[in-house]
Amino acid sequence: MSMRGRLTTVLVLFLVAVGLVVVCVAAFIRPGTPGGVTDFTKSQPAGQPVHILAQTVGSIGYGPHPTWVTYMVMNPTTHQWVHDTTWQIPAHTKIDMTIEQFDSGSPIRNQEWGQVQGTIGHSMTLNGKTISSYNSYTGNGIGHTFAVPLMGISVPLVGVSPSASNVCGVAPCSLKLPHELIKFSFISGSSGEYPWQCFVPCGLGWLYGNGGPMSTQNYMGGFLDVVNS
Amino acid sequence: MMTSEDPMTNEPRHLRRMTNIWVIASVVVDVLFWFLVGPHMAPGRLTSTAGADQTDINILMVIALPVLLAVWVFLGYSIRVWSSKKNGPESVGGPAAAGHKGVITAWIVTTTVIVLGLAIFGTIALIADHGSGGGEGPNPIWAPAGATAAETAALTKGDSWSPSSGKVLVVQVIAQQWKFTYRYPQFGGFETTQLMLPADTSIAFNVTSLDVIHSFWAYQLGVKADANPQQNNVAFTDTKGPGDFTVRCSELCGLWHGAMYDFGKVVSASDFESWATSTESANATNTSYLAPFAWTYVPDANGAAGGYYIDANVTPYSKSELYGAKQ
Repeated sequence: MSMRGRLTTVLVLFLVAVGLVVVCVAAFIRPGTPGGVTDFTKSQPAGQPVHILAQTVGSIGYGPHPTWVTYMVMNPTTHQWVHDTTWQIPAHTKIDMTIEQFDSGSPIRNQEWGQVQGTIGHSMTLNGKTISSYNSYTGNGIGHTFAVPLMGISVPLVGVSPSASNVCGVAPCSLKLPHELIKFSFISGSSGEYPWQCFVPCGLGWLYGNGGPMSTQNYMGGFLDVVNS
Repeated sequence: MMTSEDPMTNEPRHLRRMTNIWVIASVVVDVLFWFLVGPHMAPGRLTSTAGADQTDINILMVIALPVLLAVWVFLGYSIRVWSSKKNGPESVGGPAAAGHKGVITAWIVTTTVIVLGLAIFGTIALIADHGSGGGEGPNPIWAPAGATAAETAALTKGDSWSPSSGKVLVVQVIAQQWKFTYRYPQFGGFETTQLMLPADTSIAFNVTSLDVIHSFWAYQLGVKADANPQQNNVAFTDTKGPGDFTVRCSELCGLWHGAMYDFGKVVSASDFESWATSTESANATNTSYLAPFAWTYVPDANGAAGGYYIDANVTPYSKSELYGAKQ
């Protein structure tokens, strides 16, 4: 190959390498957030508590994976249920969270996640009753958890009765269908991106239950995108 | 009287020149490294294993730097003295480029001594430091004094630990997608997401997993042990002064592997005891729901739902879902 050809090859490869580095750095600095972002920062006056309303549904009922379990969230502006697990919230703000749990439960793999952690008062209310720990080997068991590990938050979502016949199978679910109502509050802390997830291996049909919806963003995990207001 | 030229060829004594440069540079660089850089090398000295790691790394660097300098000095000297010049002789090839028996012998002997020396040094360090913070499996052969007794007693309800007991503190590390949790069998077997350790204490980490393979890497503690399902992987360390450390999963384990980290603290023994007893009390209700303490737990292989703990006294909803639990 001529000197000119060699130089051209080296230059092209160099530019390709530089391009790859730029793409990787850009992706690292601005990680993608599939499913969009539901913005809760403007849903109330600055400094006031933010209200998040979410659902856990045994099967979403539509889309590419209609049988997958998922979280849904109520958009605070449009008041429509959306399939989105990246939620933008203000920093250092009280977050009041309500989760309507429509899925069934069972004993969980690690009962540690039956304990309410990181919430105000280290407790939650289950259908109006305050509890700090739920024994998944009793009652309806636990269906899912809402956990933000880097904030130290974990809340068990008690399952609906295993004998219920008309369990919701298509999201969003009506409150007329069997469900459990879980409420808790926490303080959002400093700005940053905090992954949240379910700690119950609820990916039915996947080895150890941690595949499918447990390993795909926008189903049983997402981000709390905490921003300075 | 020594001269700087070879009387036979009237050439400068190149080997002597290079050797002198190399020896002086090596001494200077090694001394500077040992005293200025060495004390700041990772992973610090928060524990015996971390301190030993730091010492080992510094020793390796003190050995490696002269080797590096030898290459650089030879290269630089060669470029300076023997680079081809216009109208000069051919710089390579010919009889002058043939192998020199003495140089070859010296190279082989030197590299062999270095490699064998490092192998012996590494083996001694591994044994003397009780596995150097690495997982030794369920039956460690380099356990520190008292560790085996503490491990055995940890399975017995009622065993306890206090700063004055002088016992090894047994900590169980439970990995799961995607978080480490910790059980303290000498404090009623409570489980928590916080890793707290007492200073100046021997620690026995018992590492296991509830699902896939993870790896418990407490970087500043100098401890790294794979977390395998249904395996108990034991690693030892002795904590020194109080300090903070980071725990990371170092085995690619799924979607949130990158977020599977947390922070721990080494605190004074009395502060640790206060924290442990208060946490034991605060978690008492949930601890009563946990399965009896065991080294490993058999996972539910059937997907969703739990039934994880093998000895959990439960009435299963479905036998197929509760593989491993009492039926």
